[in-house]
Amino acid sequence: MSETELVHVLSGEEIAEIEAEIAHLPDRESAAIDALMIVQKHRGWVSDTSLHAIARLLGMSSDALDSIATFYNLIFRQPVGRHVAMVCDSVSCYVMGADGLGKAIQEYLGIAFGGTTDDDRFTLLPIVCLGACDKAPTMMIDDELIENVTAERLGEIFGRFE
Amino acid sequence: MATINVDGQQYEVKEGQNLLHAVLSQQLNLPYFCWHPAMGSVGACRQCAIIQYADEDDERGRLGMACMTDVVDGMRISIAAPQAADFRESVIEWLMENHPHDCPVCEEGGECHLQDMTVMTGHSVRKYRGTKRTWENQNLGPFIGHEMNRCITCFRCVRYYRDYAGGTDLSAFGSRSRMYFGRSEDGPLESEFSGNLVEVCPTGVFTDKPFATHYTRKWDLQSAPSVCPGCAVGCNVFPSERYGVLKRVQNRYHGEVNGYFLCDRGRFGSHFINSDQRIRHAGIRAEDGVFEASGASNAIAEAVKLVTMDAVGIGSPRASFEANFALKKLVGEERFCTGLGDNEAMLIELALSIQREGGARTPSLTDVEAADAILILGEDVLNTAPRIALAVRQAVRAEAFTMAQEAGIPGWQDAGVRGHAQQALSPLFIASVATTRIDDVASATWGGAPQDIARVGAAIAHGIDPTYAAADVELSAAGIDFMHQVIAALGSAKRPLIVSGTGTGDPDVLRAAANVAWALKAKGSDPALLLSPLEANSYGVALLGGGLSMSDALDAMTGGSAAIVMENDLYRRGDAQRVSAACSESKMLVLDILENETAEHATVLLPASTYAECTGTYVNYETRAQRFYQVFEPDDEIRPAWRWISDIADALDSSGAGWANINVLIEECAKATHAALATISPPSDYRVEGGTRIPRQPHRYSGRTAMRAQISVHEPKATVDDETPFNYSMEGQNLGTQDGAAVPFVWSPGWNSNQSVFKFQQEVGGALLGGDPGALLVAPAPDSGDASRATKFQEVPDAFVATEAFLVVPVHAIFGSDELSNASWPIVERMPAPFALLNVADAKRLGVQAGAGISGPGLGASFEVLIDDRIPAGMVGVVHGLPGIRAIAAGRIDLSVDPDFIRRPGGHPDVIARG
Amino acid sequence: MSLMDTKPLLGRVEEVGGLVDLNAYEAGQGYEAARKALTSMSPEEIVSLVKDSNLRGRGGAGFPTGLKWSFVPQGDAAGEGAKYLVCNADEMEPGTFKDRFLLENNPHVLIEGMIIGAYAIQAEKAYIFLRGEYHQPYQRLVEALADATARGFLGGGIFGTDFNLDLRIHSSAGRYICGEETALLNALEGKRAQPRTKPPFPPASGAWGRPTIVNNVETFCNVPGIVRNGVEWYQGLGLTEDAGTKIYGISGRVNRPGLWELPIGTPIRELVERHAGGMREGFELKGILPGGASTDFLVEEHFDLAMDYGTIQAAGSRMGTGTMILMDNSVCPVDMSRNLQHFFAQESCGFCTPCREGLPWVEALLLDIEEGRGQEGDLEVLDRNAQFIGAPGNTFCLHATGAIEPLQSALKYFREDFEEHIRTGKCPYHRRHL
Repeated sequence: MSETELVHVLSGEEIAEIEAEIAHLPDRESAAIDALMIVQKHRGWVSDTSLHAIARLLGMSSDALDSIATFYNLIFRQPVGRHVAMVCDSVSCYVMGADGLGKAIQEYLGIAFGGTTDDDRFTLLPIVCLGACDKAPTMMIDDELIENVTAERLGEIFGRFE
Repeated sequence: MATINVDGQQYEVKEGQNLLHAVLSQQLNLPYFCWHPAMGSVGACRQCAIIQYADEDDERGRLGMACMTDVVDGMRISIAAPQAADFRESVIEWLMENHPHDCPVCEEGGECHLQDMTVMTGHSVRKYRGTKRTWENQNLGPFIGHEMNRCITCFRCVRYYRDYAGGTDLSAFGSRSRMYFGRSEDGPLESEFSGNLVEVCPTGVFTDKPFATHYTRKWDLQSAPSVCPGCAVGCNVFPSERYGVLKRVQNRYHGEVNGYFLCDRGRFGSHFINSDQRIRHAGIRAEDGVFEASGASNAIAEAVKLVTMDAVGIGSPRASFEANFALKKLVGEERFCTGLGDNEAMLIELALSIQREGGARTPSLTDVEAADAILILGEDVLNTAPRIALAVRQAVRAEAFTMAQEAGIPGWQDAGVRGHAQQALSPLFIASVATTRIDDVASATWGGAPQDIARVGAAIAHGIDPTYAAADVELSAAGIDFMHQVIAALGSAKRPLIVSGTGTGDPDVLRAAANVAWALKAKGSDPALLLSPLEANSYGVALLGGGLSMSDALDAMTGGSAAIVMENDLYRRGDAQRVSAACSESKMLVLDILENETAEHATVLLPASTYAECTGTYVNYETRAQRFYQVFEPDDEIRPAWRWISDIADALDSSGAGWANINVLIEECAKATHAALATISPPSDYRVEGGTRIPRQPHRYSGRTAMRAQISVHEPKATVDDETPFNYSMEGQNLGTQDGAAVPFVWSPGWNSNQSVFKFQQEVGGALLGGDPGALLVAPAPDSGDASRATKFQEVPDAFVATEAFLVVPVHAIFGSDELSNASWPIVERMPAPFALLNVADAKRLGVQAGAGISGPGLGASFEVLIDDRIPAGMVGVVHGLPGIRAIAAGRIDLSVDPDFIRRPGGHPDVIARG
Repeated sequence: MSLMDTKPLLGRVEEVGGLVDLNAYEAGQGYEAARKALTSMSPEEIVSLVKDSNLRGRGGAGFPTGLKWSFVPQGDAAGEGAKYLVCNADEMEPGTFKDRFLLENNPHVLIEGMIIGAYAIQAEKAYIFLRGEYHQPYQRLVEALADATARGFLGGGIFGTDFNLDLRIHSSAGRYICGEETALLNALEGKRAQPRTKPPFPPASGAWGRPTIVNNVETFCNVPGIVRNGVEWYQGLGLTEDAGTKIYGISGRVNRPGLWELPIGTPIRELVERHAGGMREGFELKGILPGGASTDFLVEEHFDLAMDYGTIQAAGSRMGTGTMILMDNSVCPVDMSRNLQHFFAQESCGFCTPCREGLPWVEALLLDIEEGRGQEGDLEVLDRNAQFIGAPGNTFCLHATGAIEPLQSALKYFREDFEEHIRTGKCPYHRRHL
């Protein structure tokens, strides 16, 4: 693929959003994280092809961009399910029983942390403190924060996400 | 100077350094990993912990990292304090959690900095019970092996590769205790300086892959101080041998030339020594045209006959000064040709006359790094003299250091300087025929035909000092803009540098470069002018000089004169038809290393030593004469070229016209040419403290008895070396106290790795203890300070006009254009297919795309089309010097598409198409 | 006297009963301070005022805010180029949930504080560095920024002055280390969030190598009140020698976990008993992490201490973020330590050795001990690691120092628990599940 073709792996919308970020920054490379997050927002994850395209768009090497991408836990370099469920395993939730809850969720979904359900519906990940410690244990599915999670509520909670 | 107290002892150290640098400069032992003398401090490994005391009464002190601590006059520290020593041991203990215990099969074993530091800190009992993390390794190409399990995450590799060398395809991935250093996917490392990873990595993650294919422990290697034959920079190297095989080449520190780093041509280009193409026996061509191994004496007898047939002697810019001198003496001045092609000889004469003229300094690489504005005129240094490009990459950081200094950030604080200065770069301007691989750090680039590059240079000189002609030079808008930027930047620089060379083949480019430098001098700054030729001893042989040009010599041969052709493939020097005519009409004695087209025509063939198999001198681009020493004795009938010539001379004249050994030759050479040649390295009777000689082998060298047992159980007596201060054995001392030119390898008690080099330096990163070796043969003219100089080049060439026919200009490839290294197998694996650069419009005009084949009269072969963004319309950049590619004359030719062209299978991906 | 006089950060939230939008904010003296600052005070006056107020950073380190601001070069000394003001809204300290509450409920007090701060250091570019997981706060901030811009409080020529401010949100892509201010700056620049060498400190050379101030959300939220009501009022709010109010929070097995804006220096026991309603029935309070996961445990003997910077420090811990995590008697100190060290090992950036390699070892040892595989000598290995990893200066930044704080104090206060695990080869707590 030529340079131009590579960049056009990205949609016009993605490119426009990335360029809008770049416009506010001193140089193109500074938009690296924003660009990765934008593409992920549209595609769920950042594939190698997307990564190469973003790198070209920003005028940096794929290696340099991947070095950044692999540092951040919210940038997914592997495919994820339609919904990403993140369960807090930090100390307040731990005190309130997060370890047991984590086991219950894994059993409920039939996958371990890091896994994706066979129907590609959920990817399950641990997450650090979600900043709602007074309502521990907590989790997040996609953009939604869910508080006071109990094993009993799992059907109701996960049932809302198709 | 500052006085610091280390464990109760006072030391005088330089201010402005960090403590680690300072204490190592005092030859003290303090473990470290992430700090590197050429790359500064980042504080990642936490290994160099010391205790710093607030004042005389402070008994507890505070633990800190020496590499991150400024030297302050009067400071008191302790290396030995138990808290610091315990912490340092803990750091090793942490690093060893995951480091595999694979030292027995690790290429780094025995010269591993991690091993040394482990022993130095005293860590020996493993308490960590966990399993070790494991990784998959990558194929990083033919040069570098990769074993990530050994990684201790010191970050040196990425700091070197990305920050220092400007590479983009090696990164740190991941985070926390799962960090991976490699490429985003398998593939050859693209940087032309990737080999330094081998020496930068403190353990065995990045290893010398060719070395690993015929591995030998460091302590079993025989080495000698040497000089790279790969280009005109003359990087100092340690070639190492065992079993008669050249095993590897490592950097040999030189404070003014290569410092700590080599290019990949230099590091991996010496395996031609082990090549199947080596000429190993003396031979005489029989009636049926076949060579017969004749034995040395028969060959010499035959050679004597040729010499008496009015022979011309053709020397070589890749042969030593001494060998050329010997040949010149044998045939006489009038019958000697330097072996340079006519145009190259003219260019080099011009370059040398400019250097003699003085006015601008001839910069060492250290000087290059200190330049605060650079103009590169025409020369693609990355491909012709690669190590210069790495130095230019450091020079452009001057602005960053200035900004850091203003912000109170010490220059050694690498991450601080980079974070503060961001992408700030000092001015670097590149005017070139085609894109270059250092364009990424250029302030501006400009593309043109060589004559237009000369014109832009002339206009710049004129802009700086109007007494230089060029008022009537018309340039394109882009050229004018470029010119104004350059004038402004160079004009305000204190230490501007102009870089050019013979690579474009156009003398006007050199003249323009000189004009710019001289104009700057007249304006009161302190300019440097670097004019690089193409080969290791181009300047040496040119300084020696000869009565015949290449054309003269070929004419004489065509007219029936015999010829002695020494280390020279004439097909690389002159028009193929003329060379063919000369070779077929002349009876030739060829002395050479590898089989080549010229050697095929020889009447008598003598096998010559490589640089690692003999002692001699190369003269680099600075006219720095540097001595290389014989590392090992070659097998079979291979002998130094000068020795063959000496024997022929003796056979011709029984009164002893030859030379008993290299010392005698060097002395005569020095008397007849440059006195400095006798003093650039110690004579054979030189002895180190205690009266001992210097060993070529480490004191742990093993198997002396056993290594030849399959041939004879009797241990052969080590050859006595009466030519040099070195032994072909482990007897003697190599402590760094000797002359800097006489260090055969670096090792120091407790320091088995190359990091021991600081024990051989006056201060870390400074000159070697005995002084940096070599001497400049061309001293600037005494009036060089005089601004009102007489010499100015006032003729400006005409502008290039594109026509139907294409102007052929030579372009160069780091991997492939050099005659010897292109027979080194790792280099061959990275060599591009013969290529020709075209402008996109021209390619369209010809109806070709990248990857197609084109040919033309005089090209002799079909070349793969590469599209270059910079090359102007009407020009074709044809790669120089690849195997099978004969000399290509400058001039205009018609290009045609080769419909049958097949891209060479296994050719390299486009990203590294030019080496 | 309105609630705003005693609770300058959350009083208005209480009055409104939830999100304080721009109208509600303005109705409660909102943006008066910013107007006053920009139209009637010099930048130097504001820096002095904040200095005099004794406001200390609410992000955890407690560095005096005005002093930090005073390090920013002004005028020609600043050289060419932008200056930056950055709000650290990367709240990720386990057990800390105060900034989320502020952002979700009172975004304008942050924006106002940032306008004043930006003016004080003469920065015309400002960023809110926001946790990627904070979606609700993001929405609220986007709306608040739009409203404030529409009203002319942001953008060009604010309050008719020639001061401009471009305030943008940077959504982060995760990692606790981004909360470290220099790592945050690297993340802001789109790089790997490795902490930077100090010096240079951000006020001299920060984002893109330019002078930069980074303050926590709560810190900025304190500024409007100080400008509006003055230093004396502000200092009068505190119960002890520290000034102002503090948002305290409590999580754990109490009856009413939550957060409250209270005079700084409110005693721990009052927070637990009065505000959080005491321990849930059947649970006893055994230890407290007073200011997030990276602070030393406090135990019974400390529960009557005042929650202020100096008092908690004197007790061997740190007030940190002021949001406390309560360990009750059902929680195994060994396992809780393991949980904490898992967090810190996981969140290490990987740059320096003790943190990268030391913390996973500590975590592995704690897991061994918890699961009955502890061996004699393990506590000494833990002690040695704690000593060498934890001492400030031994590591590149303070991440590992923070990691070791709860561990070293757990080893001190709950050593018998550790010993019992090793001695008996099992955990006596039996409740690593719901």
